[in-house]
Amino acid sequence: MTMITLDGVEKYYGDYRALRGINLTIGEGEFFSLLGPSGCGKTTLLRTIAGFEDVTTGAVTIDGKTMTNVPANKRPTNMVFQSYAIFPHLNVAENVAFGLRRRRDLNKKAKNTLVEDALDMVGLDGFGDRAAHALSGGQRQRVALARALILKPKVLLLDEPLSALDKKLREQMQSELRRLQRQVGITFILVTHDQEEALIMSDRIAVMFEGQIAQLANPQTLYRRPINRKVGEFIGVMNTLPAQVKIAVGARVSVDVAGLGPVMLTPDQCPSGAKTGETHVGIRPETMAILFDGETSDGNIANGMIHELAYYGDMTYYDVKLDGIERPVTISMKNLVGRPVLERGQRTRVRWDERSLVLFKE
Amino acid sequence: MLRNSDSARGLTLISPPLLYAVLMLAGPLGMILMFSFVPQSDGPNTLITLQNYTEALGDPLYRQLIIRSLLISAAATAITVLLAFPIAYFISFYVPPKRKSLWLFLITIPFWTSYLIRIFLWKVILGLNGLLNTGLLKLGLINEPLEFILYNPAAVVITLAHAFAPFAILPIFVALEKIDRSLLEASQDLGESKVRTFFRVTLPLAVPGVVASVLIVFIPTVGDYVTPRLVGGSEGTMIANMIQVQFLRLDNRPMGATLSVITMICVTIISLLFVLANRRNMKART
Repeated sequence: MTMITLDGVEKYYGDYRALRGINLTIGEGEFFSLLGPSGCGKTTLLRTIAGFEDVTTGAVTIDGKTMTNVPANKRPTNMVFQSYAIFPHLNVAENVAFGLRRRRDLNKKAKNTLVEDALDMVGLDGFGDRAAHALSGGQRQRVALARALILKPKVLLLDEPLSALDKKLREQMQSELRRLQRQVGITFILVTHDQEEALIMSDRIAVMFEGQIAQLANPQTLYRRPINRKVGEFIGVMNTLPAQVKIAVGARVSVDVAGLGPVMLTPDQCPSGAKTGETHVGIRPETMAILFDGETSDGNIANGMIHELAYYGDMTYYDVKLDGIERPVTISMKNLVGRPVLERGQRTRVRWDERSLVLFKE
Repeated sequence: MLRNSDSARGLTLISPPLLYAVLMLAGPLGMILMFSFVPQSDGPNTLITLQNYTEALGDPLYRQLIIRSLLISAAATAITVLLAFPIAYFISFYVPPKRKSLWLFLITIPFWTSYLIRIFLWKVILGLNGLLNTGLLKLGLINEPLEFILYNPAAVVITLAHAFAPFAILPIFVALEKIDRSLLEASQDLGESKVRTFFRVTLPLAVPGVVASVLIVFIPTVGDYVTPRLVGGSEGTMIANMIQVQFLRLDNRPMGATLSVITMICVTIISLLFVLANRRNMKART
């Protein structure tokens, strides 16, 4: 079932066009992410859903009701702010109970029970009396979550909620947010610039550049079949090679890839309406492999030289200059038992698979 | 003696103004305190005495003047802060960031003329043939000039409130500026209207600024001397006028000093009570 519909949403700040023709539907109970670099309009989009920004043209519909002229305090959405916005003059329990004032149907005892349940849900049971300033970053975020979820919104909006946390805590909160979302079963919309975070957490991701949605897909499709070079290079590491489409007739797309040679691609690997001419193909580092001494392969082989390498412990990232192209490609290799770490300047063979190529729309 | 060089450096840095403050403030204060225990010319023939205090506290005239000073000052403070808050709020919330310093600068314009001239201007406005009366007469709203607007406590309150407005605006402005704007959005997001948000978030967070404003206006106005002298009339005379009379006209330094000390004590007690009440209030809510 559809929870949110954005229909031709445009937002101007003076002459600046912050959102350009956004059309989007988000389902009930979906974990949806808006992903993009800073200034791409993702936060503006979230704020138009929350009601903090009005749209210049277009319409926002939430749960079947159009939200034009509905102020933020009347919308069935709640937000976790990037700064968490914990009220400094209130303690934890008062912060969480802030939005319950208007619930005239509840007496004080019922409200206290709700607050305790909400704190319990985010793992802060017993913290009710804590002063706001005595909380750590992770705890503040939990308070912000409890404060929003206690009102049982139809949609929870999260504005880069994890960006202020350190790596360990961030990873912990990622899985916890996921668990919470499944537990309460409502729509979560997450704004993030961290592509890994978006991939880990989301059901679907909208990648935004310059106020537009560049691609809307589930994490696997987004990673394996990015629609263009920009999306591909934004999500993870992507090797981009110049290529020339020789034949593009129906299901037959024949491409000459620099450094790799001629390949046949399936329609699945190509953008719709691929035409002959100059373009680029992408290939992920983990879909290629260095062939160590003695290893053989019946797949495609390319020759090159180790240009640079980065040792990560579990992995080694090699930049390999393939014969015939200037720009090195990155290849990631697991450091398995008995596998050597090669040195710079060494000649090497690279195995690659044409099924992992993706043809970009220019 | 000094445990670390940081505090030593700090003390070195503040020592010139500290020395100056001690000499120029604590010195005279000590002298006033000393004078207040010296017998008056017709007093007992001892080195020190408490007679000044029993006399000052026993005389209904002195008592009335002190109480009146505190009341006038409290009224002026209340009006000043109530008027200052909307101005500070406007500058903080509605003036674009680039223009804020310009607005603050404009607020200081009254300081470009001397305090004395500003009081005389109020005399011109409030006087029998003043701006206000002539205006109202010309408009036909009154038939005779109003007499109750000059030379009384109300005139003192109006003049003091005007003179101290900038002092009240700045602390409130600073407190409002410190409020994270996302808190106001959070309140609205949690279902509160803009008005409710003001009372539940903005106002409580502005309290430290309001407390500072109240103290900044109340403390100096209790001892104000020029304004009551010029626009107060006999009904608007305050304790500072009596202190001046004691020192300069009656040559009764001990009584002038005693009244000064008593006034200071009153102001200190009231200010402390105010601050403590607020602190308890804040604690009760958090």
